[in-house]
Amino acid sequence: MSTSVDGDVAGGADSAGSSRQAGTKLDRVVIRFAGDSGDGMQLTGDRFTSEAAAFGNDLSTMPNFPAEIRAPQGTIPGVSSFQVHFADYDILTPGDRPDVLVAMNPAALKANIADLPAGGTLIVNTDEFTKRNLTKVGYAANPLEDDSLSSFQVHEVAMATITQGALAETGLGKKDAERCKNMFALGLLSWMYHRPTEGTEAFLREKFARKPDIAEANVLAFRAGFYYGETTEAFAVTYQVAPAKLPAGTYRQITGNTALAYGIVAAGVQSKLQVLLGTYPITPASDILHELSKYKQFGITTFQAEDEIAGICAALGASYGGALGVTSTSGPGVALKSETIGLGVMTELPLLVIDVQRGGPSTGLPTKTEQADLLQAMYGRNGECPVPIIAPQSPADCFAAAVEATRIALKYRTPVLLLSDGAIANGSEPWLVPELDTLPDLTVEFATEPNAPDGSGEFWPYLRDPETLARAWALPGTAGLQHRIGGLEKQDGTGNISYDPDNHDKMVRLRQAKIDGIDVPDIEVDDPSGKARVLVLGWGSSYGPIGAAARRVRKLGHAVAQAHLRHLNPFPANLGEVLRSYDKVVVPEMNLGQLSLLLRGRYLVDVISYTKVAGLPFMAEELQNVLTDIVKGVDA
Amino acid sequence: MTAIDLGLPGLAGVPTTDEPQKAKDYKSDQEVRWCPGCGDYIVLNAVQSFLPTLGLKRENIVFVSGIGCSSRFPYYMNTYGMHSIHGRAPAIATGLATARPDLSVWVVTGDGDSLSIGGNHLIHTLRRNVNLKILLFNNRIYGLTKGQYSPTSEPGKVTKSTPMGSLDHPFNPVSLALGAEATFVGRALDSDKVGLTDVLRQAAEHRGSALVEIYQNCPIFNDGAFDVLKEPGEAEQRLINLEHGKPIRFGAEGEYGVVRSGFGSLEVAKVSEVGEEALVVHDAHIEDPSYAFALSRLSTQDLSHTITGVFRSVRRDTYDDLARAQVAQAVESKPADLRSLLHGKDTWTIAP
Repeated sequence: MSTSVDGDVAGGADSAGSSRQAGTKLDRVVIRFAGDSGDGMQLTGDRFTSEAAAFGNDLSTMPNFPAEIRAPQGTIPGVSSFQVHFADYDILTPGDRPDVLVAMNPAALKANIADLPAGGTLIVNTDEFTKRNLTKVGYAANPLEDDSLSSFQVHEVAMATITQGALAETGLGKKDAERCKNMFALGLLSWMYHRPTEGTEAFLREKFARKPDIAEANVLAFRAGFYYGETTEAFAVTYQVAPAKLPAGTYRQITGNTALAYGIVAAGVQSKLQVLLGTYPITPASDILHELSKYKQFGITTFQAEDEIAGICAALGASYGGALGVTSTSGPGVALKSETIGLGVMTELPLLVIDVQRGGPSTGLPTKTEQADLLQAMYGRNGECPVPIIAPQSPADCFAAAVEATRIALKYRTPVLLLSDGAIANGSEPWLVPELDTLPDLTVEFATEPNAPDGSGEFWPYLRDPETLARAWALPGTAGLQHRIGGLEKQDGTGNISYDPDNHDKMVRLRQAKIDGIDVPDIEVDDPSGKARVLVLGWGSSYGPIGAAARRVRKLGHAVAQAHLRHLNPFPANLGEVLRSYDKVVVPEMNLGQLSLLLRGRYLVDVISYTKVAGLPFMAEELQNVLTDIVKGVDA
Repeated sequence: MTAIDLGLPGLAGVPTTDEPQKAKDYKSDQEVRWCPGCGDYIVLNAVQSFLPTLGLKRENIVFVSGIGCSSRFPYYMNTYGMHSIHGRAPAIATGLATARPDLSVWVVTGDGDSLSIGGNHLIHTLRRNVNLKILLFNNRIYGLTKGQYSPTSEPGKVTKSTPMGSLDHPFNPVSLALGAEATFVGRALDSDKVGLTDVLRQAAEHRGSALVEIYQNCPIFNDGAFDVLKEPGEAEQRLINLEHGKPIRFGAEGEYGVVRSGFGSLEVAKVSEVGEEALVVHDAHIEDPSYAFALSRLSTQDLSHTITGVFRSVRRDTYDDLARAQVAQAVESKPADLRSLLHGKDTWTIAP
């Protein structure tokens, strides 16, 4: 394993030589399970993650799967993988490169081997390395038989054969038995890393409760893998990663989409409003619908609409009726919802719009990640149509981001765009579960009395709170406050239709001023040395790799300051001052420089834009190199 | 279902009042801005006259519209209202009706709004049977954009956008709604206040989506489109008014009627030739929409025959009732315990 300047680079063993009983101690390990889409790699990775969580490690995961449900078996496009990074300290990313690669077939090997550093551990299911399978992915010769893998520690295991042998007496068909080989792999890795196993066995028994023979077969295969490690001489070393020393409290493992769904449930509880999610299935946002549909006991209605537009329209209609309207989608869906977001801006109704960004444009890369919808969120509507924008920085942070987005939507009566992305949505990490009394009170005060300043006893729906500029919100059913709203320009105050030029100018500026005036906390800068002349500023899911890179740069003896934007519209009030207090500001983004464009336009600060649009998160290593070069340049 | 009796009439759950209401109570303070002679005035007047008879609290009535001339309707009603975006009113109203069972929700839309840009929402709303009353003002033309052909215009129509005549085959809105298995479909003429009010009343009482197509004259861009249905001497030969439980018969002397013909379809015949006993007795409650569909096919684009009244009125669970029942069932059977949800099954604790 490579040397590290920071635990985040690669797990350095702190005791050389074999210590088979106790296990060599590591501070962190990255394991990647890779196989065919049908091999159950996501489940395998998920279970290993749960074991790590149960053990108390800090962890971060990155699933990577094709958009096709079942691409042709054994082909490169059909490869699905799951990377889990676990450690005895707080880590920020799923890891740049695996320390251990489990390859269930030649396609998985070919698609992933380039990421395995020299000296890395490779565990291969040899049963799939047939001539036919090798040819299918373009291997002229069997890489297990030539010296192409000589720089790795290769373990060849006939996983299918051994699994079938272990299940011989269960009476299960050969094919069904072979399908349990992913649990064999999990068992083997569980042994190697001293993982607790009870959780996985209980999980399997519950998952296959209706098929007890399948449940038993999976448990047997899991144990077979564990015992295989224990009894064969093939694996000289086992490893231990101690529990992480995280802040005190109760933790659980959570993915971004689940955390978002929980945030919406909590927002409903804290606002005492019923929640209506109007949505249309789209990768990678559908899990928000799946999750919320399970929580009807919280007064949550989930409406799977006929299309993206109907989804957001139903949500807005529910908001008009006094519910918390929510819609969830990805970039292509936001494009379709734009007109309704505009209606929400014009009618000044609360609405939560969740965009789980994916690779674009058009259909793009549905299962990959990107941060390229920022300008769409900011400007992607006709007219001057400002909406607040919030971006969570990690899977667990999605909870707090959803609560904050709802707070703004309700307080200021406005649609709010929440920009998650594919990496956060499907990735997972431990979450310090908040105590309920720490959640904000989101109660809304509805208008119940006529409010016309002229004493006419009328209700003026566009009379504003002087402080927040939020308009008076009266619900249908409130006697005496009958009024009409809509997409046509409103007269200031009365809300009647108005084509008056000066009124339009005033209303455009009022709507903008309302959003500009949203109470956004100041951005905080992390600069342990206090001497940094370079600031790295990010937003959204790049928090992990940027943070890991900053740590490494500091370990190398350089000073670098880091700050991360949660509020992208409006920006924190102190942002301009922060930007101007550094010699250089570096802005890494998974787009072509969208935040950089906004910062330059707004603050006239010539930020250095570093961009990558590969459908995958940044690697800490590449950002480390970028930052180091810039810091050295400034110091010189 | 548990919590909600799905046999509820359309307005169950909407608060009523004993205070007498008049048409003028439903007029807002906004000046009506349709063109002089527009059929929309007559429909507005009919609705404002009809609503007081329901005895509902005005604040519990909501009109939601899309975009188009008719979609200005909510501004003129002294109820709650939303003038939304083009084609989307049924979707917005679906969210509102699902969240608020105490509201009587009406959608006002036109032939362009509901059948072109909003066609998808219309059919899906109808199939879900959301408790909405949809008033489809059909003037067979685009008015607000100044005179292009619409999806109900006759083929060959010469308009600003079709100088050589339109090429589109038109929708029969009633057939479309029945194809989507709408549980209530009716039709009326703007000029027939009695007939229109009768259909509106039945629509209001229906629990579920009620589509009412209203033939409405556009005096500017498609004037006289329905004149043949209003001219004495012509109208009687063409208009076939449906009454549940009565033989379908029309003509100045009742000399025509509707009889069955091959493959489940219907046709017009002279009563003197087929005999009274051959006439179809109208039954709006037939479960199978084929009968109502066959009726709808008698209304031809050239108006040689036009059916008015209620084609179909059947009971089916409404989407919004079922959605609320699921929530109610979940509320009853599971505790809404946020702390336990957030913690989940597998937590671990790190000591200070």
